[in-house]
Amino acid sequence: MQQTTLKRTPLFERHQAAGAKLVPFAGWEMPVQYAGIRGEHEAVRTDVGVFDVSHMGEIETRGEQAEAFLQRILSNDVSKLPLGGAQYSLLCKPDGGVIDDLFTYRLAPDHFLTVTNASNHEKDLAWFVEQAREFPGAVVRDSADDYAMLAVQGPRAREVVQAFADQPLPSRMTAGRRLLTGRSVLVAGTGYTGEDGVELLIDPADASAIWDELLKRGATPVGLGARDTLRLEVCFHLYGNDLMEERDPIAAGLGWAVKEETGFIGADVLAQTRAAGPTEKLVPFKLTDKGIARQGNAILSGGEEIGVVTSGTLSPSLDVGIGMGYVRPEFAAPGTELEIDVRGKVRPAVVATKPLYPDEETDG
Amino acid sequence: MADASYPEDLLYHPEHDWAKIDGDVATFGVTWYAQDALGEVVYFDPPEVGTTVTKDEPYAEVESVKAVSDVFAPLSGEIIEVNTSLGDTPETINSDPYGDGWMVKVKLSDVSETDALMDQATYLESLS
Repeated sequence: MQQTTLKRTPLFERHQAAGAKLVPFAGWEMPVQYAGIRGEHEAVRTDVGVFDVSHMGEIETRGEQAEAFLQRILSNDVSKLPLGGAQYSLLCKPDGGVIDDLFTYRLAPDHFLTVTNASNHEKDLAWFVEQAREFPGAVVRDSADDYAMLAVQGPRAREVVQAFADQPLPSRMTAGRRLLTGRSVLVAGTGYTGEDGVELLIDPADASAIWDELLKRGATPVGLGARDTLRLEVCFHLYGNDLMEERDPIAAGLGWAVKEETGFIGADVLAQTRAAGPTEKLVPFKLTDKGIARQGNAILSGGEEIGVVTSGTLSPSLDVGIGMGYVRPEFAAPGTELEIDVRGKVRPAVVATKPLYPDEETDG
Repeated sequence: MADASYPEDLLYHPEHDWAKIDGDVATFGVTWYAQDALGEVVYFDPPEVGTTVTKDEPYAEVESVKAVSDVFAPLSGEIIEVNTSLGDTPETINSDPYGDGWMVKVKLSDVSETDALMDQATYLESLS
């Protein structure tokens, strides 16, 4: 990839100033780490960290048919999404394969904001636009350039943001506009770390001021490296690893966000899959000895290949190799002993329960 | 993490490995540049004593939180000692890449191979 084609967030210079290691990611030049992944991970688990996630995309849907349209393309029940609420859903193909996983916020009765994965934004937008042709009362708009996005996460995240907000912050899974240092910001009680916190959708012109305020108040800058270890410890899916067009949300363990009765695109196939049972299941696992499994490693049982690792890393909190992978259903029960072929070395592993952290066995 | 440094008494390989020559025995490790590019090393998978290593071929793996990387042999020979302490404290590769972060000692099969390695000045030039 050519350096010159990479996009930069409004905080690029802030990242350089904070000592970030910047890498190409989904067409953007993004901070993978600042001081180090372990320390950043720890800051989010015990204190407060701030992530620049401005590479994520936004799509706004408005109009009298906005809800009906989103109900048609999103897997969750959009009619149950209250004003100011947040909802997780999948965008599925007619065969049930996953185009993307998304958070949608209802900002007004007929106004929704959907946050996309950076790598999928253009594809999602094209899908939204194409499907919206059947809904003349729904207007879809690419809003990716309208927002910078920061995630403030950790046990002290709310306290830190609250200290410069004009009103109490929205509670978990809700969103609303607040003035932060006098600047209007859409604050959402969501995140991707398993910790409490908020995500901030900000006018790009205000992003640096909000970033500076957070750092001044003690938030640690956290890069994409720790974002991955944090999400994997709590078994949140990463599109491109654990979710893809070739696999469906039932196999991925996301049946809770799939409401076939709404008749969304893909519902028929997924209803059949749910009834028959998926042919593979995504399971979290831990390595029981040394080694770190990585994406693409084969999962074995008694020497036979029975699955594949889709995400794998070292858990900074647990200090063991952890991950998720798809296995045949008969190997999906927690406690099932497996082996993982880590580049030719067979490492013992065990199917665990979600989340991998906190670990009830060791953390009580 | 230590500051960038490239000692003058070492020889350097383009894959960012160093060799310290003592007669027909060499100590291998990775350079400051390599450990910085890796990020925090969390796992070192050492080879076994007695293993033959070949110049320009991988002989060990290091893992950071994010990724796994091969470590290349700057010279050929037989491993006569492995830094087993890296098993418990792989982060030493970051904090002291030329000292306690050494990886293996090798009895060289062909000392003349050292002619193909870079000295400090040439390696520094290759990094710029």
